[in-house]
Amino acid sequence: MNFKLHIWRQDGPQDAGRMERFDVSDVSSDTSFLEMLDLLNEQLVSGGKEPVAFDSDCREGICGMCSLVVNGIPHGPDRGATVCQLHMRHFTDGQEIHIEPWRAKAFPVLRDLIVDRTALDRIIQAGGFISVNTGAAPDANSIPVPKQAADTAFEAAACIGCGACVAACKNASAMLFVAAKAVHLAQLPQGQPERDDRVLKMVEQMDREGFGNCTNQYECEAVCPKAIPAVFIAALNRDFVKAAVTAQ
Amino acid sequence: MRLDARVPHGPLEKKWDNFRQAMKLVNPANKRKFKIIVVGSGLAGGSAAASLGELGYNVDCFCFQDSPRRAHSIAAQGGINAAKNYPGDGDSVWRLFYDTVKGGDFRSREANVYRLAHLSCNIIDQCVAAGVPFAREYGGLLDNRSFGGAQVSRTFYARGQTGQQLLLGCYQALQRQVAAGQVKMHTRAEMLDLVVSGGRARGIVTRDLVTGKVERHSAHAVVLATGGYGRVFYLSTNAMGCNVTATYRAHKRGALFANPCYTQIHPTCIPVHGDNQSKLTLMSESLRNDGRIWVPTKGGDTRMPGQIPEDERDYYLERKYPSFGNLAPRDIASRSAKEACDGGRGVGHGGRGVYLDFTDAIRRLGKDAISARYGNLFDMYQRITAENPYEVPMRIYPASHYTMGGLWVDYHLMSNISGLFVLGEANFSDHGANRLGASALMQGLADGYFVISDTLGHYLAHEKPDILATDHAAFNETETEVKARVDKLLSVNGKRSAASFHRELGHLMWDKCGMTRNAAGLKEALEKIPEIREAFWNDLVVPGTGAQLNQSLEEAGRVADFLEFAELMCVDALERDESCGGHFREEHQTDDGEAVRNDHDYCYVAAWEHKGVGEKPALHKEGLEFESVELATRSYK
Repeated sequence: MNFKLHIWRQDGPQDAGRMERFDVSDVSSDTSFLEMLDLLNEQLVSGGKEPVAFDSDCREGICGMCSLVVNGIPHGPDRGATVCQLHMRHFTDGQEIHIEPWRAKAFPVLRDLIVDRTALDRIIQAGGFISVNTGAAPDANSIPVPKQAADTAFEAAACIGCGACVAACKNASAMLFVAAKAVHLAQLPQGQPERDDRVLKMVEQMDREGFGNCTNQYECEAVCPKAIPAVFIAALNRDFVKAAVTAQ
Repeated sequence: MRLDARVPHGPLEKKWDNFRQAMKLVNPANKRKFKIIVVGSGLAGGSAAASLGELGYNVDCFCFQDSPRRAHSIAAQGGINAAKNYPGDGDSVWRLFYDTVKGGDFRSREANVYRLAHLSCNIIDQCVAAGVPFAREYGGLLDNRSFGGAQVSRTFYARGQTGQQLLLGCYQALQRQVAAGQVKMHTRAEMLDLVVSGGRARGIVTRDLVTGKVERHSAHAVVLATGGYGRVFYLSTNAMGCNVTATYRAHKRGALFANPCYTQIHPTCIPVHGDNQSKLTLMSESLRNDGRIWVPTKGGDTRMPGQIPEDERDYYLERKYPSFGNLAPRDIASRSAKEACDGGRGVGHGGRGVYLDFTDAIRRLGKDAISARYGNLFDMYQRITAENPYEVPMRIYPASHYTMGGLWVDYHLMSNISGLFVLGEANFSDHGANRLGASALMQGLADGYFVISDTLGHYLAHEKPDILATDHAAFNETETEVKARVDKLLSVNGKRSAASFHRELGHLMWDKCGMTRNAAGLKEALEKIPEIREAFWNDLVVPGTGAQLNQSLEEAGRVADFLEFAELMCVDALERDESCGGHFREEHQTDDGEAVRNDHDYCYVAAWEHKGVGEKPALHKEGLEFESVELATRSYK
């Protein structure tokens, strides 16, 4: 298969950036999207040109490192998958493909398709944890957790922190990311002592980082590679209101 | 060089307690005066950095990814073992210990393995307290399953994402310490060298992967938790960034590298589809509970699998291992697949694949039951191959997955360089020649949460190491060398990408030092590796500069180290003239192809000392003494 690529190039955070045109040819339909970019990069490198910089690591959809907007959709057209799990058979021969980085005020571009997502780490630092020191834990079975609560906690905890939810949102809101962590910990008895405080602090940090507000468009849910449901945002809002009222 | 493993005295069950009772402590008020460097933020490094921060040490933690949450521990699917015996099926610390020693084919250090089994229960407690959402039963208690041929159910799991959930647990603990100011996190930073002075580890030299700035960091102790070297084979189930650089650089500075030839090839991976492939994907080995593995009896059979009649199929594992059948251990299942494909009976692209067939299971249990058990795995398979495994058998082939070898450490997890500690997959200590399923996560967290905080404290209190200023000559020299190497990579100005050399090396290693090895092949590899290395330094091209985000440069540096390290692996594989676990020397097998161990001559840890690139390394042996178990022959017939 052959493709016409339009790829965002940007030398550094201060550079204005631009789209560049590339051709790749003889790509097998079994090739993954990132392997197609590897192929392009190898051609560029062999010709002494600088390759297109993009993030990826595990290439099996779990580390959350890869982060490309493909034809306007974060992670591309295949639902419930990261872009590293996308294969070229989802495209037609000769198709034009536009590849861009996550775009959000809180995710400055470092180079080409690589963005800085440390804002998400700082949200976790604000309260996305249970305060328990190593060695202080009671026996694991001393506190039963209803299976349903454990399953919901898992569903929320499946978030891979890729930031596609932010990239898809017209407000660049990180509400689904924050909600996933808040719901995960709020479902568990171990997470109760810090529940109110956690929600207030994480939301405050999210605002400070420059993420926008949620206006219920659910584009985050549509692109989430782990299909984390937007209903968790409602749960976050409930906890936030309760915590804000109680705090006063 | 005398290798003192510093194993505490006393009976096996008491050794760790005896150590803890005798260890020296650092006064709480004094802990803040010590600075610790932790390289790596996976299960071992992340849990170590968090725990040391909680104790009050000043920790600097480094990872090359954009966030500590991305470390490759996150990709572990299956589960984590612990001798909790919640199901009441007869498990105990002793049994977990024995299974692990036997699974490692009696090539691990008994005392370390016992401590691992002993601490396994604390890990589960810690993770549950931190909010890890393990699978539970309807009564609300934790669920267990059996895994990796164990006769008890001791594996705790979180669907097929156990590694992810455990890593997020320690990532959150780590971020809590970052917020508390106890840990300073350096992301997108790669360790390029270790600074050693006066026989002690003094710090590291790193490159900021965004700005390209080479930086010096000094500390009272350095902890390496940088994972394994499976990408020496180029294609593996490891992440793209996994590399040997940190441990190999430490090796070049004097740290002994132990048992580099012990690598694990996992039997159930999706086969290679073409030359552009960048990595392989593991399919959980739980699939072998219901899938039947077979190849056509005749070579070159191009019929669709459904058209091949029963009597023209060879269910080779069931035939060769009637009692274990398709559940034979990883090393045996992998070798059998290779044998079938080498005999020309493989299926799919390039004839490197075997069928994993669920037709019988679907007929017996129904499609719904199979979907409930393996639905997510079937979806994953279909996503990658575009084939529906409910209708056509899966095709699988073995792939490099884990490396048991690593830097030599004593019972304290300290290398032969004072103040250099090594945790998790990066060290060699607990899995011998073959790792059992669900024990890698256990080791990473045991080392990071529970061992290092005690043994590192003892080192600081006992040895009272000082800290070197970063303008000390040792830092100047190391930084100069690092910068020279970066410049050298940038100035070759040839025609070939680093990836092309990596692929060439990988093919050679897979062929000559992979699932099976023999003396002639290893000698051939030892001749070819220096040739590839020479071509690399003559014809490499790295576009761009060192003062910017430059992924070609990062890759080239890692490949350069693999090109030296591969030689060490082959030297070790050649020297170990026996078959054990994942190290199968064709010269040493029974008539029906089983590994033959040689306890008389090879019951030792081979710890190698670097003597210069292209020079033969010096071998130091740590004899393995088994006080508590008897050496037995593994049999799975």
